[in-house]
Order: sequence, then C-alpha cells, then structure tokens
Amino acid sequence: MSAALGPRKPRWPLRAGVAALTIAALYAAGLGVQAGLIEYVQRILLIAGINVILAVGLNLINGTTGQFSIGHAGFMAVGAYTTAFVGVQIAPHVASLLGSGSVADAVTFNLALLVGAAFAGLAGLVVGLPSLRLKGDYLAIVTLGFGEIIRIVFNNAQFLGGATGYNGDSAAGLPTYTSFFWVFFWVIVVIGLIRNVTFSQTGRSLVAIREDEIAAEAMATPTTRLKVLAFTLSAATAGIAGGLFAHMQAGIRPEDFKFDKSIDMIVMIIVGGLGSISGAALGGIFVAVSLELMRDLQEYRLVLYALLLIVIMLVRPEGILGQRELSFGWLTRRFARKEDA
Amino acid sequence: MSLLALEAVDKVFGGLHAVRAVSFAVEPGAIFGLIGPNGAGKTTIFNVVTGVYRPDGGRVLFDGQDVSGLGPTAIATLGVARTFQNIRLFRAMTVEENVMVAGHKLHKAGLWSAIVRNTAYAEDERALGTRARELLDVLGLAAQAGDVAGSLPYGSQRRLEIARALMLGPKILLLDEPAAGMNSREAVDLERQIRLLRDELGVTIVLVEHNMSVVMSVCDRIHVVDHGETIAEGAPAEIKVHPRVLAAYLGQEDAAHAEPEAHA
Repeated sequence: MSAALGPRKPRWPLRAGVAALTIAALYAAGLGVQAGLIEYVQRILLIAGINVILAVGLNLINGTTGQFSIGHAGFMAVGAYTTAFVGVQIAPHVASLLGSGSVADAVTFNLALLVGAAFAGLAGLVVGLPSLRLKGDYLAIVTLGFGEIIRIVFNNAQFLGGATGYNGDSAAGLPTYTSFFWVFFWVIVVIGLIRNVTFSQTGRSLVAIREDEIAAEAMATPTTRLKVLAFTLSAATAGIAGGLFAHMQAGIRPEDFKFDKSIDMIVMIIVGGLGSISGAALGGIFVAVSLELMRDLQEYRLVLYALLLIVIMLVRPEGILGQRELSFGWLTRRFARKEDA
Repeated sequence: MSLLALEAVDKVFGGLHAVRAVSFAVEPGAIFGLIGPNGAGKTTIFNVVTGVYRPDGGRVLFDGQDVSGLGPTAIATLGVARTFQNIRLFRAMTVEENVMVAGHKLHKAGLWSAIVRNTAYAEDERALGTRARELLDVLGLAAQAGDVAGSLPYGSQRRLEIARALMLGPKILLLDEPAAGMNSREAVDLERQIRLLRDELGVTIVLVEHNMSVVMSVCDRIHVVDHGETIAEGAPAEIKVHPRVLAAYLGQEDAAHAEPEAHA
C-alpha cells in the first residue's frame, strides 16, 4: 500500500495493453484450435465455454446471493431466440453498411448477442420483481414455473417456428457465428463482469443477504433491489450463453431449454462450489465433459447426476472449491506451503 | 425534542398482547435502559422500533418523524442501528467485511464504478476499509479484522455486531443484550465501550440488558416493562428500590398475595 505517494499514474494504458494482448492471444488460440483439433473436440470446447458463462452467471444468484433459482434455462431460451431472430433480421442492414464478410458478421453477431442479453435481463427483471419476495423452496418452485412458461411460450410462437424450432427461416439454418474466439471472449467478459460485481460493496451486500437477510435489512441494505439486480444480471448472462448456443448450430428448439438444462446448471455450480466464481467455471467444464462421456447413457443422465449430487453431499458438501477462489495469490501460497512441508 | 418516542405502542401476536400501550421518550445523548423479566416484550419493542414488526396501535417517532409504517431498511437508513439478541453476523464473511457491509453512507460510487474499477471505486473501498478498521479499533477487534466472523468467540461476536451497527453512522443505537454471555471482566470493558460510543461518537443508546450491574452503571434513565406493559421509569437509583420492579423480578408481590390463599 503506497497510496500516499502523490498522484498515481492512470491505469488505463496498462489495462488497454492487457486487453489487447488477451484478445491477440485468444485470436491465436482460436486459429490454433481450428487448425489443430477435430471438430468434435472443438464443439466440446464451445459447449464448455457456454457452460462456464451459464454457471458463473447462475452462481451470482444461487451461490453469492443465496436465492435458489432453478428456471435459468428459460432466460437462456430468451437470449437464444432473441439473438437468433435479431441476428437474422439485422444481418442484411449491417451488410449494407459494412459489406458482407467476417467483420460484418462479427458486428451482427455481437449486436444480436447484446440485444439477446438485454431481453433475457428484462425477462429476469419481470420474473424477479414479484418472485424475489419469496424464499427458499417457494422461490425455487416459482422460478421453475417461469422457466417452463417461457419455454411453452416459444413452443407456441409460430413466427419463431413453434415446436419445430427456429432456423432463421432459411433452409441453410442459422449462420454459425459462434467460434472459439467469440465464446471465450464472452467467457472473459462475463467472468470479469461477475467478478467485479462480486468483489465490491454490491457483492458484499449480496453475500450479506445470503448470510442473514434480517441483519442485512437492519444494516440498511436494500435487499429487494439488490436481489432483483443480481437476478437480472444473472439472466442477462444466461441470455449471452443462449445466443452463443443458438449460433453454434443450424437451429434452436424449445426442447433445448427444458427443465433438464436448468438442472445441468445447478449441477455445475454445486459441483464447483456454491459461491465461488472459479468453482462455477470448473463445474461448467466438468458438466460439458461428463455429458460427452455419458453420451451413450443419455436417458440415465439425470439418474447419474442425482447419484453424483448425493456423493458430493456425502464426501464434499461444499463442492470442489467451496467458497474459495482460484487466484494466482492462492496458488502461490498453496505451493509455497507444499515446499515448506 | 426527543430523538425517539413511542406513543402508546401495541403489538399483538394472535391471542398474546406482547406490547400494551408502551410509551417512552429517549432524549438525544442519553443511555436509556429498557429492562424487564424474560418475555416482557423488550425485544418486541426493538423489533417494532426498527420496522421488523409493524405496530398494531400507537406510533413510533424518530427525530420527529412518524416511522411506524416503514420497513427495516428505510428505518436503518434514517439512522436507527441495532444489534441482535441472538447474534446475527454474516458468519462466512470476514470481520472487516461484516462492518463494511453497513457503510452505505461512505459508498458513493455506483455499480458501474465497481464494474469498470475506476478511481471512484478505489476511493470508496479505501474509505469503507479505513472507517471499518477505525470502528473495529474502538471495539477492540482490530487484530481480528481478517478473521472469519463465525470463528470469533461469543463476546467478540457481540462487539462485532456493535461495530457493524456503528458503521451505519446511526443517530441512535439499540443494543439487545450486549453483555449476554460475557464474563464480568468483559462486561466491565463493555460498559466503558458503551460510554465511549456516546461520549466520543455522539450516539444515543437504548440498551436491553439482563446484567443489572451493567444497566445500573451505564444508564441515565431506565424504563421497566413486564408482560408487555410499562411498570416503572426513572433514574437507576429510583428503579433499584421501586416496589413494582422488585415485585416483577423477585415475585414479592405474588408471594404476598398468594400466601393467605396457600394457607387457606
């Protein structure tokens, strides 16, 4: 702490440098992945990245704020449909401004993702305002209900393809914008966003709500406002994951966002450690990989997950990381201790 | 004008009249004791004042403003802080973070500042941390700032609750049995700290406490309730010898009335 040493240097040049380097490294990694890995493995990587976004976002509600929401697939669906629809609608306009090509595609895609995130966030706000007065099991049931309602709305929205799904009204299906680069670009953005919210006065207040809501209120914490804020942010990140998911394949169907999808997300954050951002990320990767390994056992997936959850509750109830965060500081301390021993 | 005034406050739970027409006024700068036997309604009165319960009758005035209908967050924002009889710390957070949570007045930068991590955010965090450590120092907890709150010994947890409440920058602080579970040496320390809060920080204090030596030594004025009703109010010296207070605590009156019947 050398705060008293006169005016400090502005930090933005350093930050811009780090950001530029990260993007360059990510781009190089993307090229490497495309050249070096078979499509099957690439796809698992994309799914893992999308899972990380879902898990880190859901963890803000279920882990940090301690509100049990199990309808997150609904917000993912809102993001997926909005992104796909908006992307298809604005693509010609963007192309007329920027010409067609990868730059125009990237602009279209990211604009559509942001609109998808906004709509998902809005859906989170609409669901959160009335339901966050409830606690525990009651909130879980209401969020589950809302998740299903959202899916059924898409099931019946004929302009979005109804039950057969949305493919951009073209035989070729939705454009596959989702690449390694964009998935992990958004992974970094979402983790950065959630991390900065969590480690701030807002984040401390969210944890306080989890720890003791009555005490948090007595300390003038605007509990309802903060819970709705966390819920909205969480839904918005699920919307981004949904948008990335939509443009990974030719089309999206309402049944992609069934109740199981919400359960997958719950498994991710419980395996990783409720309340830990890095734990959620690990859990997201774990579920992506384990789903692939269990591909032949699809029908038994929920049974296996239930068993897994029981084993975790018996062996390590706090999840892989508990509430700790993986950080460079923690790792170096950890290894330093090992050397001492 | 009194800082806090209760006017004929009633609180009913089903068939139980927990608080019945209780009125009292706390002057600015006072250390005001609220005592009574177990189940007398003291904590209920605190819960009504802090908005956890809505009064069923009468009103609560804080700083001249009627706060009877307001919720806990709104009342805390006005400057009413409290501690809890059954300790309610944010157990998984560190001691310092527990205190920082209550620092809404020092928290000026919004969420956006936190997201982009600008200077306003850094200044906020520094101000919150500095104030939190000052208060922990006042309560003798500076050395434990980095510990997890749930791991502290009982007495320290009680003092941490006071530090956290002070972080609100309150005008009035309601202490619910701060000396419970403390040994006599800790209790004497607490007396000193309570006086310090009033004298140095200018906080008016309302104290619910069963430890009579603490109550009698720090309070300027004491209000006694029993079965939800006021039975006496006065200076410590008057309360010590007040017949109804003695009766409520020692059962004298009951004994006097019951004896003839028992022999009959």
